[in-house]
Amino acid sequence: MSRAGALAPLDVYVAKKRLTNASGQTIDVVRDLSLRLDTGQVGALIGPSGCGKTTLMRIIAGLDGRFEGAVERPQGPLSMAFQEPRLLPWRSVEDNIRLAVPRVGEKELGVLLDTLGLGQHRSHFPGELSLGLARRVALARAFAVKPALLLLDEPFVSLDAPLALAMQRKLAALVKERAITTVLVTHDVSQAVRLANRIFVLSPRPARVVGEIRVESPHKGMGAEDARSVEKRVEGLLVQATAGLAIDG
Amino acid sequence: MTARLLSLLALLALWAVVAHFGDPRRFPGPLEVSAAIGKAAASGELFFAMGVTMARVAAAFVLAMAAGAAIGYAMGRSPFVNEVADPWIVVLLNLPALVIIVLLYIWVGLNETAAIAAVALNKLPNATVTIREGARALDPGLDEMARVFAFSRWKRLRHVEAPQLAPYVAAAARSGLSLVWKIVLVVELLGRPNGVGFEINMAFQLFDVALLLAYALPFAAAMLLIEAFLVQPFERRVSRWRPRAA
Repeated sequence: MSRAGALAPLDVYVAKKRLTNASGQTIDVVRDLSLRLDTGQVGALIGPSGCGKTTLMRIIAGLDGRFEGAVERPQGPLSMAFQEPRLLPWRSVEDNIRLAVPRVGEKELGVLLDTLGLGQHRSHFPGELSLGLARRVALARAFAVKPALLLLDEPFVSLDAPLALAMQRKLAALVKERAITTVLVTHDVSQAVRLANRIFVLSPRPARVVGEIRVESPHKGMGAEDARSVEKRVEGLLVQATAGLAIDG
Repeated sequence: MTARLLSLLALLALWAVVAHFGDPRRFPGPLEVSAAIGKAAASGELFFAMGVTMARVAAAFVLAMAAGAAIGYAMGRSPFVNEVADPWIVVLLNLPALVIIVLLYIWVGLNETAAIAAVALNKLPNATVTIREGARALDPGLDEMARVFAFSRWKRLRHVEAPQLAPYVAAAARSGLSLVWKIVLVVELLGRPNGVGFEINMAFQLFDVALLLAYALPFAAAMLLIEAFLVQPFERRVSRWRPRAA
């Protein structure tokens, strides 16, 4: 408990996480996985599809307590953008954000909605929005909290490229301005390199960290060549991890 | 709409024609029945009987819906509660209404408590089963969202769960109302000294069909109006957020 407080890091250790699949078999989804992020750091989880990233995110969020291990979170509010938007269909865009984040100021909300291109959709209901728009609302909701820990599960898929870039810039600015510890699940290696201080490459199920790459000052102009070489290292690790799958399975 | 109206008029005409050739005591025509309604209304007895019966309907309905919602929600959310309560619900579902009514009159006495409890108990299992389906269908994704954003228990119930349950509550209310008012008449016939069911029993003893219909028809019409102007708008209101089908 000595590290308790807003400055405490995120410390995740999962010795074992089991799930029962549809046919009644018990399978290990995560095994011997540990990761650690200091305050204000962004960690990217990258790995093959179905390797257990979403399960891991639910464990980090405290939504799933049935695992062997321990998670120490920074104290303070938690915020999360799930893979699906998860909006209340009977509430307008604005109400969805206000319900989750009652203390959001009018001006702050306006700026946030404008930045995400949602200004004219304030009073719309989720059923009237496209998936891309709904995901943006979910991101706005996640950003509106001033969280100590921000969890983003593939936040930028189904957004078009310019918008995804704008969102990434917004995220980078927020994280830097408020020193938010962030965990980001992504499939996009260059996105991970652009946003993260630490990239955790995960193995196929059961997930464990097969490589941890530190990226120095990701938000400040990292040379294109440096970025490319980091990307190559991540890709190399990913290929190794996936090859492991082919040999084992 | 016009087809409906024409069909209703045809029914009235058929009634008048059959009554014209039949025994007027056993089969009074629309005019005789209207006259009987007018008489019962003028004396105030019709409105008193309807008022008393409506109050019983309301009490039994509210009781059954409240208890059914609470039990159904608990059963839908907890497999353990479901295991324990399910046999009871199955027994209640299959017990004839008449048996429950007679038993309660014997055990509790010929009083208002027994009457309302008997009606509520008849409706309870249907409401429970419907709300249980609703509670089982609650979206776990929204539940997790509410947990992540630290919604209080009350906020989660009001803003996340209640709107999802509302269509089920509306369905239970609609089927429940039509069940409850029919059973209330039986309860009144068997053991209450007033109400529409009691008046129908009196008319039965006198073999006065015009009097019987003079109580039955206005009451059925009143329940239809409540269904059309209260229950159905409520159902539409709670489902208004659903995207309109193009």
